[in-house]
Amino acid sequence: MSASPWLAPDTTAERISREVSDIVLARPTSRTWLASFALALLLTGVFMAGIGHLVTTGIGIWGNNIPVAWAFDITNYVWWIAIGMAGTFISAALLLARQVWRASLNRYAETMTVFAVSISGLFPILHLGRPWFFYWLAPYPDRMGVWPQWRSSLLWDFFAIIAYLLVSILYWYVGLLPDLATLRDRANSRGRQVFYGLLALGWRGDAHHWQRYETLSLTLAGLAVPLVFSVHSMVALDFSEGLLPGWHSTLFPPFFVAGALFSGFAMALAIAVPVRRWYGLHRYITPRHLDYLARMVLAAGLVIDYSYAAEIFDAFYSQDRYAIASLMAKFAGPYAWVYWTTIACNVAAIQLLWSRRVRYSPAALMVIALLVLVGMWCERFLLIVNSLFRDFLPSSAGMFYPTVWDLVFLFGSMAFFLVLLLLFARLLPMLSMAELRKLLPRHAGEDA
Amino acid sequence: MAQVFSRYAGFYARLALIALLVLTTSGVLAWRALTAERHTVNETVEQPVPFSHKHHVGDVGLDCRYCHASVETSAQAGMPPVSTCMTCHSQLFTDQRMLAPVRQAWISGQSLAWRRVNQLPDFVYFNHSIHVAKGVGCVSCHGRVDQMPLMRRTETLSMKWCLDCHRDPEQQLRPREHVFDMAWTPKDQRSLGIALVQAYRIDRAKMMDCSLCHR
Repeated sequence: MSASPWLAPDTTAERISREVSDIVLARPTSRTWLASFALALLLTGVFMAGIGHLVTTGIGIWGNNIPVAWAFDITNYVWWIAIGMAGTFISAALLLARQVWRASLNRYAETMTVFAVSISGLFPILHLGRPWFFYWLAPYPDRMGVWPQWRSSLLWDFFAIIAYLLVSILYWYVGLLPDLATLRDRANSRGRQVFYGLLALGWRGDAHHWQRYETLSLTLAGLAVPLVFSVHSMVALDFSEGLLPGWHSTLFPPFFVAGALFSGFAMALAIAVPVRRWYGLHRYITPRHLDYLARMVLAAGLVIDYSYAAEIFDAFYSQDRYAIASLMAKFAGPYAWVYWTTIACNVAAIQLLWSRRVRYSPAALMVIALLVLVGMWCERFLLIVNSLFRDFLPSSAGMFYPTVWDLVFLFGSMAFFLVLLLLFARLLPMLSMAELRKLLPRHAGEDA
Repeated sequence: MAQVFSRYAGFYARLALIALLVLTTSGVLAWRALTAERHTVNETVEQPVPFSHKHHVGDVGLDCRYCHASVETSAQAGMPPVSTCMTCHSQLFTDQRMLAPVRQAWISGQSLAWRRVNQLPDFVYFNHSIHVAKGVGCVSCHGRVDQMPLMRRTETLSMKWCLDCHRDPEQQLRPREHVFDMAWTPKDQRSLGIALVQAYRIDRAKMMDCSLCHR
């Protein structure tokens, strides 16, 4: 019995533990890390100041107006929550499908999920005119005798985000337990021993522990996969429940889920490429891993491209003048440049992924992944704004122009994400050592 | 290698979890207590003149409408102007020091600054006259005012309290002729209430609409 083809033949359990935990325990904090952390922290500070300004002054600081009451706020929300989806997909759906190549990707993908969903959850609260009343969305008995409206998809969002956040945090933390125990045992200072020891909750690697760990992981994975699909479908229903041309479409739930996997896999690539370079993880995140991620991007991207085509077909096939007008505004209206950017990123750029040479070139993959992330942001922006800025009545048409605060919230949230990711890289194991060790031959003694 | 944690670590960890639970719960409760409206039910309010409803209604026997004159016709029951006080107090107890602010107000023409006991937020449109017309007695919402030396509120005035009655008005309705009767009690409230809902044509379908109060 030979080792999994995803590991080099000279890989041993000890080597996996040493190389992965040394990143956290032994590797000195680099200047690059410090510089990027300082920069990201500064921008996060600007983001927090923006939140303060928003709460004290009101949402009028954004460029939203009355026909376009949703713009950057909801675009950012959908964009971020979508990025989270692929993380769960990699760690849960691929687990259920017994895809061993997820072993080197699942940890940072789950982390990406937890951070992206946490950040996305800020936007639905912040975009409320009175964010301090957001808890009215929760069904609790109160002095008013009032309950939330269960027919609104925005309420379903509330439950979807909370459920998704809870399950993804649980799944992430359960997966971390054996690795935290490894860090605790390898830690070289009392402070670290206590820190990781507390986090590891007394994990001893007992057979009972492992049995329950596996059962719980599978159960959570089984819960998380339907959640990925339903949560992002819920996000889609925010729009398709509405009656606007360009929003009211039965295509949206699967289209949004595909978009989520598309942008999420792109983000997974965009993190994998620099991480394996900076932290020397070539042994674990191999070109083949990147190749598989790229294939997933391509597969999800083709579903997206199909949906673009179906959208065009549907509009003309319906003969609905508003649907057609909305579509024509996309092609040639004032936001047409956003549409053609979307097409260039999400349709044209990903066709390069058919080529094996591109899929094995980290630099090319990085560029394509970033283009996809830009393209998916533009797609959501256009989907929201293009349907709102001109709808049924010509008298209620109005352009949306972002203000500087819109940009602060967009780039500030990215910086916040980066801060969290950098902390993760410094404090927690980026690869799942326990999962990787499982790829080794089961009976090393018999093998030799 | 030495043990990282002492043998009591598990115990401390459990203690810490319990403490966290207690802290969170008390934090939430404290926050609710802080942000809730001041709970002024059954607390008397300091007034410029210690006006006694017990004296004027209970002992003297004035009808509610003598002072709160617009209660049957207007959304506001109305506070009596100083001239109402002076119909009697230009002659009675004119030398009482307690009544000095009333005389002062009468001479100077300045209004008396009564402090409201039953105060609703301005996004609630409450109409007194409709309740009186449909047979809701003063006692139902204001309590036994004839037994109050100093005014206090007897109900929370929370929205849930309003809705409890709007959902099930039978529990409070009384014949119109007894609306201002402080001491009236029903024999069989349930069947009387059901009959009165019919008789006064109370449209139950609209009683829970937002637009009824939040205009």
